[in-house]
Amino acid sequence: MAKKRVVSTTLNGEAVEFLCEPRQTLLEALRDVLQLTGTKEGCTNGNCGSCTVLMNGKPVTSCLVLAVEADGAEVGTIEGVARGSALDEVQQAFLEGAALQCGICTPGFIMQTEALLAENPNPTEEQVRFHLAGNLCRCTGYDKIVRAVMCAAERRSAAGGSQ
Amino acid sequence: MRDFEYEAPTTLAAAVQLLTKYNGRSRPLAGGTDLIDHVRTGRLAPDVIVDIKKIPELNILEAGAAGLRLGAAVDCSTIRAHAAVREQYTALADSCQIIGGVQIQNRASIGGNLCNSGPAADSTPSVIALGGVCVIASALGTREVPAEAFCTGPGKNVLHPGELLVEIRFPAPAANSGSHYRRFIPRNEMDIAVVGVGASVTLDASKDTIIAARVSLGAVGPTPLLAVDAAAALIGKSPTDDVLKTAGAAAREIATPIDDMRGTKEYRLHLVGVLVERTLRGAVARARGETLDYRPGH
Repeated sequence: MAKKRVVSTTLNGEAVEFLCEPRQTLLEALRDVLQLTGTKEGCTNGNCGSCTVLMNGKPVTSCLVLAVEADGAEVGTIEGVARGSALDEVQQAFLEGAALQCGICTPGFIMQTEALLAENPNPTEEQVRFHLAGNLCRCTGYDKIVRAVMCAAERRSAAGGSQ
Repeated sequence: MRDFEYEAPTTLAAAVQLLTKYNGRSRPLAGGTDLIDHVRTGRLAPDVIVDIKKIPELNILEAGAAGLRLGAAVDCSTIRAHAAVREQYTALADSCQIIGGVQIQNRASIGGNLCNSGPAADSTPSVIALGGVCVIASALGTREVPAEAFCTGPGKNVLHPGELLVEIRFPAPAANSGSHYRRFIPRNEMDIAVVGVGASVTLDASKDTIIAARVSLGAVGPTPLLAVDAAAALIGKSPTDDVLKTAGAAAREIATPIDDMRGTKEYRLHLVGVLVERTLRGAVARARGETLDYRPGH
């Protein structure tokens, strides 16, 4: 077996070192090595977006990234979104708008939304739909998700764009 | 997933040395959006994965008087955000905004799309239409292959074991030129092309006569195709509906599509004509300096 590697990352703002095999994906390292099980495994081939995390601020499907590639990178996961014990605007809008049913896709949608709002604080509905095209939800039919994203954008803008 | 070793060389020489040493048992890793899935499913079984993203030559993205240099590992999001690509090599930006979703675009590269050599690859027709030349390195030195000669069959290309695609070079566009890529899919996004067409055209100073053109087709043969006769039908002509239709008919002549779940042979042949006309109209509009309101999926 290939020997394990040490990976040094900044994970949700904190310096973290972990050991992994070269063949482990970032998704597997997050869930199985670091016990951060908020990031979900869906299709395991990059189609569904459930495993979306931020790598150096950009959303990526963590099932298609080797954990060793995260060496030196900043990684953001769903565990880093809430502010202490308070949900952030995106989480709150998803909750209030019932933008989830089974919840497996939700962490991915929230990370993808965080990336969108960081880049474009006031997206149009069409921009939201294109930005979320790589995230699949088989429960909600998307309308509630899109409305929740629009609502989160409005609230965050009204609050002065704090994040 | 299969057990493999991981190497991340920081120089081109070291990467080529590794690929030579493992002679066919290694695979270069750029964005990994195809490679990791293929290793997981067993379609590919490398013993060593060579991450090429730390090599400066493979990350180059530079436009100047000599043209565009596009490193094989540059991701689609970076490419489509690049000002010179958006203005002068627009077909590349068109492709990069419709490959997968945002997450895939943040990782996937045009070099990887080319090396994966899928017949329906969305960036290869753009690379061909813009006259891209593939720069390939090996222990023996470098060689250049025109993009239209790079793919040799579904999943197959001219690379030998130990060779690495380093960059794609594009000539600087002439004055009054424009390019476009569009594909047909039954959805708005996140789908594989039923047919894809790339085109670049150069107009004369009157902006009404086509003096140079390249047309390329995707998903209608074992490899992406350069439609030489379709382009020839445009030279010296004004881009009227009839002329564009003639080019579409010429493109259909070289298309040999298959029947599959995305469309029948007859449907694809019809689409080739329609898409060649629409893509050329877009390229001509851009050559005239007009803004093309192209929304993917519409």
